Amino acid sequence: MSMPNPIPQPTIAQTVERENYLNTKYGVWSWLLTTDHKRIALLYLISITFFFFIGGFFALLIRLELLTPAGDLVQADTYNKLFTMHGMVMVFFFLIPSIPAVLGNFLVPMMIGAKDLAFPRVNLLSWYLYVIGGVMMMHCMLTGGVDTGWTFYAPFSTNFTNTKIVEAGLAIFVAGFSSILTGLNFVVTIHRMRAPGMTWSRLPLFIWAHYATSIIQLLGTPVIAVTIVLVACERALHLGIFDPKLGGDPLLFQHLFWFYSHPAVYIMILPAMGVVTEIIACFSRKRIFGYSFVAFSSIAIAVFGFLVWAHHMFVAGMSVYAALVFSLLSYAVAVPSAIKVFNWTATLYKGSIHYDAPMLYAFGFLGLFTMGGLTGLFLAALGIDVHVTDTYFVVAHFHYIMVGGAVMGYLGGMHFWWPKISGKLYPEGWARLAALIVFIGFNLTFFPQFLLGYMGMPRRYYDYSHMPEFQVLNVLSTAGATVLGVGYLLPMIYFLWSMRYGKPASDNPWNAAGLEWKTPSPPPTFNFDEEPVVTWEAYNYEELDAPDKDAPHNEEVPVAR
Amino acid sequence: MPDSSTATGLHSEEHNPALLHHFADAEQQRDAASLGMWVFLATEIMFFGGLFCAYLVYRRWYFGDFAAASKTINMAYGATNTAVLICSSLTVVLAVWAAQTARRTLLIGSLILTMLLGMVFLGIKGIEYREKFVEHHVPGASFSFEKEPIPGHPGEYANPRHAQIFFSLYFVMTGLHALHMIIGLGIFLWLLAMAWKGRFTPEWHTPVEIGGLYWHFVDIIWIYLFPLLYLIDRHP
Amino acid sequence: MSAHSSSSTSSPLKGYFAVWIALLIGTGLTVYAATLDLAPYNAAVALAIATVKATLVVLFFMHVWHAGEKLIKLVVISALFFLLLLLGLTMTDYATRLWS
Repeated sequence: MSMPNPIPQPTIAQTVERENYLNTKYGVWSWLLTTDHKRIALLYLISITFFFFIGGFFALLIRLELLTPAGDLVQADTYNKLFTMHGMVMVFFFLIPSIPAVLGNFLVPMMIGAKDLAFPRVNLLSWYLYVIGGVMMMHCMLTGGVDTGWTFYAPFSTNFTNTKIVEAGLAIFVAGFSSILTGLNFVVTIHRMRAPGMTWSRLPLFIWAHYATSIIQLLGTPVIAVTIVLVACERALHLGIFDPKLGGDPLLFQHLFWFYSHPAVYIMILPAMGVVTEIIACFSRKRIFGYSFVAFSSIAIAVFGFLVWAHHMFVAGMSVYAALVFSLLSYAVAVPSAIKVFNWTATLYKGSIHYDAPMLYAFGFLGLFTMGGLTGLFLAALGIDVHVTDTYFVVAHFHYIMVGGAVMGYLGGMHFWWPKISGKLYPEGWARLAALIVFIGFNLTFFPQFLLGYMGMPRRYYDYSHMPEFQVLNVLSTAGATVLGVGYLLPMIYFLWSMRYGKPASDNPWNAAGLEWKTPSPPPTFNFDEEPVVTWEAYNYEELDAPDKDAPHNEEVPVAR
Repeated sequence: MPDSSTATGLHSEEHNPALLHHFADAEQQRDAASLGMWVFLATEIMFFGGLFCAYLVYRRWYFGDFAAASKTINMAYGATNTAVLICSSLTVVLAVWAAQTARRTLLIGSLILTMLLGMVFLGIKGIEYREKFVEHHVPGASFSFEKEPIPGHPGEYANPRHAQIFFSLYFVMTGLHALHMIIGLGIFLWLLAMAWKGRFTPEWHTPVEIGGLYWHFVDIIWIYLFPLLYLIDRHP
Repeated sequence: MSAHSSSSTSSPLKGYFAVWIALLIGTGLTVYAATLDLAPYNAAVALAIATVKATLVVLFFMHVWHAGEKLIKLVVISALFFLLLLLGLTMTDYATRLWS
């Protein structure tokens, strides 16, 4: 392909800075009106980090309350609001956008050899919708919040609560529209804008993962959108659809809600799986084992994920026969995820493993996602679910996947692509320490919760003084949360530090495969000076590691090629 | 180099002024726009789909009550509206054909006709809604549905609470459809303005095509709403 | 029954008008069938006619019949598939809830 030779970069002072997407224009409006997918990715990065703090703050208050069995920090209604807002903010304003909106927006065009996404202005609109939804949610929280749980089940949410359901619902509706537009952009871009020679079977698996994610965003989100409309109509206009007094069925709400909200968890995990695939290939210096299997398993997860939603409703009063069907389907959906774990493991086997920070996060993902996924199978069994549903077992299960899985994947990806995004290297020593702290803190927080749930502690209770024996595990969990918080703060600090004081990064500090690494760090606005023509397969690490090249390392001194 | 912009109004031999910089050529841009609109329509199918799901559940449960309620909606208005929308779909394909064959008058006329038919649809809808309001069939405090016979079951009367669910679905489904209609009118107003200024050529008239796709979709939703809401049980 | 052309040289107008007439006839048929006692098939007949009408609109007014690549057809079929999933799997609950 035709790429100009990268200019050797000075290690100490910068002299003349090459033009790139960060410095091409200055001023607030050049950012707020940008259509450059890379700038939009950074706008998202700032926004979702803000909401991560908000959601984390609520988590802190929850864990503080649960230090003691008595409900002595906040009142019951307040506690209901705390776990509701924690869930809504983390799910809709952090996890769902996180990897697709930040890493996906930044990398999808670059990985396929395009200059931008198919619809750059729609991309900017997507960010504004997210911000508007976020502002609405902030206003809702500041003026009283919602206390129904993030699942806002009818008829409590429609008829009995007097908190701000309609406002929170509309905030989620708007943010959901943002999610739909992101998915639309990715699907059209991946279909229409691949560079010559970039066939489907040469795409990075990160792209396959985001394609599958986009399918879910497109087909699932509208259903929760219309459900929110129905709830809003019922509250505001008395158009009772779920009202039992009229003969309505509250379970219908749950069907419509979970039809989206279960696939939503695959929106949260699939991109992280894509990130982990890229990292494992790079830091084992090996082609991914079973490329087709991994690619198709992403699509399979997206499709199967739509078949299992009623496993959230096993004890809600649904038909036992339907529950059997959904239980069986829930076992089936684990298979494609397991295929990925097997393929990652096979990739590691006889690989040349390097333990840089991104790889530490990937290892963490492997172990924690596997545990979370397996406990999902426990929950899919009707007999077990009857006992542990609505206990901390469920809470632990989904935090293992969403935090131990998705957030680890997000952090690993941020480290891996940070040199490309910022043009700077983060401090590797601190990064490895932070990864370790996150891993330890995570397990200390959430493993005790498996035990608590199994022993019978219900979720969403602010007072467990009738079960004081649970205090020890709760104290461990809160202690772990503090450690986890420290682990999350560290990257924020050193990433910011690196933007000013970090060593400049070369084009490809990891010697990784992928078109994005053939551009300067940071890339120019239109990514490629000339359209790349792809003639090689994905993950061509054997060629990259031909004897005269260096093995990858987080370079202290950039290497000119 | 600009961040992203449509080029100025200059016509050039090399590329159409509407070609955006990040596309390789006009065909890629048109294919992207078309796929984008189709994917968006897929999301709309799921959006209305949730309502069809609710409808399906309750119609099975409360068939008699739904039939009684359905009978009180004006079938003539519904059938007329169906015909109106079908005609408007015809005017839409005529507009696209006119754009393809550089027939400016036909293009502008078809766009205007489409919008007029859309407004007729909304007008009839308004009359229908007002009828329901007057008959106290709007769900809420003043809802009343006493002594309405269940079709085919002489002597039995519909349960007003279940009928209220029917009317809730009726208003939400037709209301959401009408909202999409209004948005469609907005889109076609914009297309009319562009056509008036002569911006569409046989080489580039993508907005007309994808605006047309949206309009046809709104028509298709109504094609299903009509029998489901108006014709549950109309035989004597 | 509708004459369709695959090139821009011959006019597609005849086809459009034919589809238009078919749609209007279908509407009339729907209304007429609703006045007949076809229980329990009234709903099925009405939905079948509606589906034929919708198919005509998709294939000929929305130009899917002439679409060169299969992608658009795949998009339409996928959306319908997931809609049927929503309706069908939800009905597994409602249809079997009262089985004892």
